[in-house]
Amino acid sequence: MIRTRAIPGIGRDPTTDLPVLHRCSPVGAGLAADLAFSRWLGSRSPWVLLGLAALLAAWPFLAHAQSGYSTARAFEALWRWIPFLLRDGFAFNILISFVTMAIGTAAGVVLGLWQIAPSPWVRRTAWAITQTFRNSPWLVLLFIVMLTFPFEIRIGDAIVPIPDWMKAVLGLALPVMANVSEVVRGAIQSVPTGQWEASESLAFSRRQTLWRIILPQCFKRMIPPWMNWYAILTMATPLVSLLGVEEIVTLSRQAMEAEDNHPELLMPFYGFALLVFFAYCYPIARWTIRLERRFAVKL
Amino acid sequence: MLQSIQDYFRALAETHPHWNFIYLYDPVQAARIGEGLVMTLELSVLCVLFSVVIGVVGAWLQGSHLTWVRRFVQGYIQFFRNTPPLIQLLFFYFALGQFTPTYSPDGWLEVPVISNVGWAVISLSFFAGAFNVEIFRAGIEAVPESTVEAADSLGMSRLQIYRYVLLPLAFRVSLPALNNNLVNLVKTTTQAIVIAVPELLYQLVSIYNDYSTAQNACMVLMFVVYVVLVGILVMGMSRWERRLRIPGYGG
Repeated sequence: MIRTRAIPGIGRDPTTDLPVLHRCSPVGAGLAADLAFSRWLGSRSPWVLLGLAALLAAWPFLAHAQSGYSTARAFEALWRWIPFLLRDGFAFNILISFVTMAIGTAAGVVLGLWQIAPSPWVRRTAWAITQTFRNSPWLVLLFIVMLTFPFEIRIGDAIVPIPDWMKAVLGLALPVMANVSEVVRGAIQSVPTGQWEASESLAFSRRQTLWRIILPQCFKRMIPPWMNWYAILTMATPLVSLLGVEEIVTLSRQAMEAEDNHPELLMPFYGFALLVFFAYCYPIARWTIRLERRFAVKL
Repeated sequence: MLQSIQDYFRALAETHPHWNFIYLYDPVQAARIGEGLVMTLELSVLCVLFSVVIGVVGAWLQGSHLTWVRRFVQGYIQFFRNTPPLIQLLFFYFALGQFTPTYSPDGWLEVPVISNVGWAVISLSFFAGAFNVEIFRAGIEAVPESTVEAADSLGMSRLQIYRYVLLPLAFRVSLPALNNNLVNLVKTTTQAIVIAVPELLYQLVSIYNDYSTAQNACMVLMFVVYVVLVGILVMGMSRWERRLRIPGYGG
């Protein structure tokens, strides 16, 4: 049933000529019939609802309990593989994220400083590089770096092989670099111009102003967004599995193959990967919010 | 003109085997790229629509009087924000996909009701929707209390206040953050390749899998197309933002 409800006094005649009052019932908006289900749900005890939710969540398991390979066995298989997945898989994701973040930050700081350089050409070039890498999808950059970069380089007579994961690090470092560059630029520009002028009047050179006055103030402001990008980067590391680097998703797939590819395995294994990432990234997110609050610029 | 361009690139492929721009002279490959682009756009538009709907509904539910509704929404947001979209796609398609009912068009095949494209739309919408809820909530909080009270005093119901007063104002406040997230969503659609959704990246990868000499040419196109696509989107969005900016709100 659709009933258009106009605003009293605007779309239809006012319903009362009394002076305006606040409504006394906090929930009683709308027609009873429209809200019957919500009312009913709302009036149940939370435990009933939890029970219903649990039943819904368990339904797939119950439905599959009859088939030969039980869900319990799938979880048993997961349990056996967990140490391997964590040690060889997730630890590698973390390693990739650390190395990438280090490279990306170093390059990003330089690029960010170039974005505020006095020379317009340097500034424009840095801006163009930043926008290009910020606007291209991570996966596209990863594909391009992984497939167009050589797998070995020759320095003199020595042939230095470049492992896949090093190329993956490079591919992920490009977007990180661009985003860190924006973080640095934003932080520097958030410092009031008065600071620049004051230090100029005290005869500081541009370099001295930047390193001794502006950057120390920016540093704190850069930490929360930087951590945010670290979390985003960590969540992008499973992308490298598409290109065959052995991390948690690749190893989960291999583990499922070793367990004869029962479809019941998919839910526990992928669910586990989700949970591991959640357990790692959620605390970082909470911490970032705390720092953000603490370092907030007071106006 | 067109013929001469095609001939030029065909000759280039002969002389420089690493630069086989096959999609410029082979209509079959060009059609594949066209299909991929259409699929990418389709996926983007659907995901943007659904994720905005999820954001609006979620923000509405976050203002609920019931604690467990708020907690549920909070849990959803935190879970989807803090897990990789790639694994979300895998989980939705492979793990949840097995439980969806199937139908049989000819009595032999078993086709799931939700295809891989459907799962990509669902998964990516929920991913972006989690961010949108937070964005809209922040926008709603920016609307002054007195405006809501004024609407309340005019006898509007909670839903009416939300629809006619809060949402239009909140939308304009949260537009910059929303646009950022939507641009990010369009970039994330490339990850649908993991469940074999035939979008642009998938088509380009399969072209150079078929014709290994076309690898560099595909990489060039991949990079250019996405930078241009996202660039157009960013420019359009920021123009829209400037147009809808509320005077006096934010710098």
